[in-house]
Amino acid sequence: MIDSACIHMVWRRDVLRYFREKSQLYGSLTRPVLWLFILGLGLRGGYREVGTVNYTQFIFPGIIAMTSIFTSIQSAISIIWDREFGFLKEILVAPVPRTSIVIGKGLAGTTLSLIQGCIILLLAPLVRVKLALVNILPLILVMAVMSFALTGIGIVIAARMTSFQGFGTIMNFIIMPLWFLSGALYPLEGLPWWLALLVRINPLTYGVDMIRRLVLGFSFYSPGFNLAFLTGFSILTTMAAVYFFNRGEY
Amino acid sequence: MATIEVDQLSKSFRGLVAVDHVSFAVNEGEIFGFLGPNGAGKTTTVRMLCTLTRPSAGTARVAGWDIIREPNQVRKAIGIIFQEPSLDDRLTARENLRFHAMIYKVPKEEAKIRIARALEWMELSSRGDDLVRNFSGGMKRRLEIARALLHTPQVLFLDEPTLGLDPQTRNRIWERLLALRAENRMTLFLTTHYMDEAEYCDRIAIIDYGRIIALGTPTELKARLQGDQVVLMTADNLRAAAEIRRRYGVEPALDRENLRFQVADGAQFVPRLVRELGVPILSVMVRPPTLDDVFLALTGREIRDEEASEREKLKSRLQRMGRVWR
Ligand SMILES: Nc1ncnc2c1ncn2[C@@H]1O[C@H](COP(=O)(O)OP(=O)(O)OP(=O)(O)O)[C@@H](O)[C@H]1O
Ligand SMILES: [Mg+2]
Repeated sequence: MIDSACIHMVWRRDVLRYFREKSQLYGSLTRPVLWLFILGLGLRGGYREVGTVNYTQFIFPGIIAMTSIFTSIQSAISIIWDREFGFLKEILVAPVPRTSIVIGKGLAGTTLSLIQGCIILLLAPLVRVKLALVNILPLILVMAVMSFALTGIGIVIAARMTSFQGFGTIMNFIIMPLWFLSGALYPLEGLPWWLALLVRINPLTYGVDMIRRLVLGFSFYSPGFNLAFLTGFSILTTMAAVYFFNRGEY
Repeated sequence: MATIEVDQLSKSFRGLVAVDHVSFAVNEGEIFGFLGPNGAGKTTTVRMLCTLTRPSAGTARVAGWDIIREPNQVRKAIGIIFQEPSLDDRLTARENLRFHAMIYKVPKEEAKIRIARALEWMELSSRGDDLVRNFSGGMKRRLEIARALLHTPQVLFLDEPTLGLDPQTRNRIWERLLALRAENRMTLFLTTHYMDEAEYCDRIAIIDYGRIIALGTPTELKARLQGDQVVLMTADNLRAAAEIRRRYGVEPALDRENLRFQVADGAQFVPRLVRELGVPILSVMVRPPTLDDVFLALTGREIRDEEASEREKLKSRLQRMGRVWR
């Protein structure tokens, strides 16, 4: 099941390509910056404060989560490109377990997502968020678990999708809803019941909440509950990814 | 025991039967060729033998392992040159080779030596650190071939390996393949449209509509057509064809310039033809049958020149990508 050479190769290839494509790197950084500053500053006026933080500060954890969502799902979806351009055959015909390919992809998505997430973390001083040094490591861990889980979702999508035409569809029907319904942009109290329900069944909610705890010092759920949920979610999506990737015909 | 044993292998895609109960065996160190027109089921057969596609029925053993129950053992024993591109074009040539060596567990130091040798062999040494996307079609193909040999497979599958390569390069590749076979007893399974390439095969299976319609050594297959091929150019090929049909009871094949048909004894036939034919003859040639003629005789069709349709495929592929990027 675990073939370290294969995991290493799959991971290394994605990371190498990421650093080679500078435009992708810059492109994926402008989005969070725009959201943070334009949306954050624009909506600040109409916002009732939660505790002592202003709106820009409030959405800061959400922006970190957004970076994770986009980066990890996008990274996993590169499987579709590999299939389209033919490279996937080269990996699939090699004597390596499919599970290791999935793990390699998952680790690659996680790595890239962490790199992007950490760059966003560097913006903390600009929105006057003070990060406690002791929280940095746990924060990275939470981001990693969340990203790994999301890469799993991306792999399931890639294994199920036969053409690339659906990328817009994925954006509209999976990535955006996941993020909008995660409580990244609004507090989790006083929501209409149906919205509260959707937010509550969205696993990302607990990731965002946990990040909020580590960045801003408060959260809506207890850290233990958040972590348990996030870990479970991660295990579940990884299993789904392995299952669907194994089943797919290429 | 044979290195490849195929038993009633079949594959259908939603009602379309691509491979239809195919059985054959390939011996160790043999070069076995699949010859057939577009859509005959060659690639589908290769994909099943390489464990990429699950057979609908039947099974096969490759290097002693069952392709359905022991796919990973099969994968360890084989190398493959795919018909369609399979390189990562955002990586350099050397990176493509290095990653291949990694997943096939070639030790690092050994891999370095082999990669250098492979690049040199394919005359890509000076371009080793260029991105593959900047390579020409032929360079990419050479790289793919070098890559498939990097882990010294026991059985090598080649799906139209030298498509689009110039004759010198094809010769060099064949020299190397023949040498590898002599050194390592490597077994080769190839599909091709090139008749001269088919001549390298120890045995050939002619496949049409998913079935093997003839199997034998090139010599055997050609010997099935007893007699000689007459190739004729006249002032009016259509009229000449009608007359030949009527007068000698043979059905000539027409292509752009020539009429072609078979007679028992060419040397005796030509003087008679020249005397009797009412259409002015521009040129006439008698030659022994080729595999092309065998194919025509068996199927009533010619193996179409593949390159035009390959270009079509590439075009539609690029268009598809264009849509994605826009
Ligand atoms: N994934 C697939 N889904 C549906 N039909 C398929 C699929 N793969 C192959 N086919 C069909 O199976 C038949 C055999 O295809 P195959 O690719 O094996 O032909 P081939 O002999 O390799 O032809 P070519 O010389 O053009 O490469 C064709 O009719 C093709 O359309
Ligand atoms: Mg083919």
